[in-house]
Amino acid sequence: MIGEGIQSSNQRRHSFVKDHVEVGFFTDPSVCIGCKACEVACKEWNHVPDDGFNWSGNSYDNTGHLGASTWRHVMFLEQDRQKGNQIVGSHSLGNGDGEDPFRWVFVSDVCKHCEEAGCLEACPTGSIVRTEVGSVLVQNDVCNGCGYCVVSCPFGVIDRRPEPLPDAGGAFKCTFCYDRQKSGLVPACAKVCPTESIVFGRLDDLRARGAVRVQQLQQSGYKDAQLYDPTETSVRGIHAFFLILGEPEAYGLPPKPQIPTIYLKSAWTSAFATAIASIIATLMAFAFFS
Amino acid sequence: MTTNSPSEKRLEELREQAWKEGVVPGKGVDVAGGPIPRKPGYYGQPVVKPPVWTWEVPLYFFMGGLAGMSAVIASAAVLFHHTDLARAAMWLAAIAGAVLSPVLLIMDLGRPRLFLNMLRVFKHRSAMSMGAWILSLFGACAVPGLIALELHAHQTFTGPLDQLLRLAVGLFIFGSAIFGTLLATYTGVLIGATAIPAWFSHRTLLPIHFGTAGLGSAAGLLELLGHRIAALNFLGYYAAGVESALLIWLSLDKQGAANRAIHEHGSGWLIRIGEVLNGPLAIVLRLFGLIPFAAISFLTGALVSRFGWIWVGKISGSDPEAVFASQH
Repeated sequence: MIGEGIQSSNQRRHSFVKDHVEVGFFTDPSVCIGCKACEVACKEWNHVPDDGFNWSGNSYDNTGHLGASTWRHVMFLEQDRQKGNQIVGSHSLGNGDGEDPFRWVFVSDVCKHCEEAGCLEACPTGSIVRTEVGSVLVQNDVCNGCGYCVVSCPFGVIDRRPEPLPDAGGAFKCTFCYDRQKSGLVPACAKVCPTESIVFGRLDDLRARGAVRVQQLQQSGYKDAQLYDPTETSVRGIHAFFLILGEPEAYGLPPKPQIPTIYLKSAWTSAFATAIASIIATLMAFAFFS
Repeated sequence: MTTNSPSEKRLEELREQAWKEGVVPGKGVDVAGGPIPRKPGYYGQPVVKPPVWTWEVPLYFFMGGLAGMSAVIASAAVLFHHTDLARAAMWLAAIAGAVLSPVLLIMDLGRPRLFLNMLRVFKHRSAMSMGAWILSLFGACAVPGLIALELHAHQTFTGPLDQLLRLAVGLFIFGSAIFGTLLATYTGVLIGATAIPAWFSHRTLLPIHFGTAGLGSAAGLLELLGHRIAALNFLGYYAAGVESALLIWLSLDKQGAANRAIHEHGSGWLIRIGEVLNGPLAIVLRLFGLIPFAAISFLTGALVSRFGWIWVGKISGSDPEAVFASQH
């Protein structure tokens, strides 16, 4: 049933870069088993350094969040909700009297590669560019580490890599394995995903696949299944979109992400008004009090 | 439940404890609620990334404001033939704007060696790019403006060469005043047009605050340097008056969880302490004729509130509920 009728391009060579085809990731937590193979494959292929092991106590997630040295992050959600049509029992830590609905949700988070990308607009060096396949790429050798992309990403993805890690000082995030894609290979995370929870392919195919999957899940009792793809906000959609169970907030996803450039008009208006007011005040001061 | 490994056991212990007591504190431990997490969002993790900027950036905001508005005062002083004041103001503009500001900005970069990459592109939709160009053009006007002014004041040349020098003084100092007003105000746009809730919710207030704080700082520092003239006193009143109005605006403009860092956190208090120093207190001190104290109060407030605004951004950016609230 899963992916029925829709061919994934996870295991095939492709020529998306040459053909300028918009590609994407569709991440489906309903089949994710939380194996973290995507995290490992990403780190291995991209030489992403070890940024320390911190024991968080947050379920089985010690990765924490996306950042300069974490480009894939498998989230472990434990929710007091029913999973599909599962029969609800009592879990080990409940009070034992009656039903304690409980479900695991695993989902692999990644850079969203926004249609309108805050980091790309903010970058003052031109280090961050849009590729032929529609992804957003940081050119590490151009970045001077000003840190403005960090506060301009509505999803909190990109970050500046601290000392003493290799290549410290620059901003890093998922590259969509642009190097692999140029050679017709699939991004490392999608390639290794054993359940095809991460699907790589043409963006339009994936959106169709996502819509079908939401229907399937809702019919199977997952009433709160929905797609997370903010096309209605100024971000205008994302290239790495998700199927989520429940509300986006539980996944640390902003419900209505906005690209910060929408604030420019009012802020610059205020700046110009202040500039003019300051000049007038100064001229008046000298004209009347000299 | 079977618990074989020590970590597995520890996780179970923590969960039992969290289930009973709510929150478990401890080094490296971050458990709240149990077995279902009770923190907002995903285990309370930030939704947007807090700024990575350190002390160099708020100090740069202060220096840039001071330098930019010093050039405005210098232009007016040239127009109204206050040559000594114009020279002092241009020295301030050049030292703070063409030396200290670039040094601070370069120090803040993750890769200072690549600072020139800032001028690889011109992007009007990036306030950081615009700022790099504004600062560069300001320096390119302020330094020759100062040199021309000094040469003219010392009557180094005579005849047509001096005429040419006067033209250069006018052009460069007027240029530095134009770029100066932008240098003092763009920093408000810079942090106002970001994904940080406490910042973008005050994107109109920030450029007014930073620009006016720059004007008051420039006037105050020139007064401290001995230029006690009525025009600067008026500018001191003007800036402190605007800052007082902003203090009221900021205090009344509560947007619930979205900007709670400003109203509930120490960083917000730092902003308000700064605003009291460069608003009402500066006015009162001026009314009592204590001009040097008013100037010191204003300069301190301008500096402190800049640090407060960066700090508040770090708190607000780390607060998932602030992001959610700003989008509901």
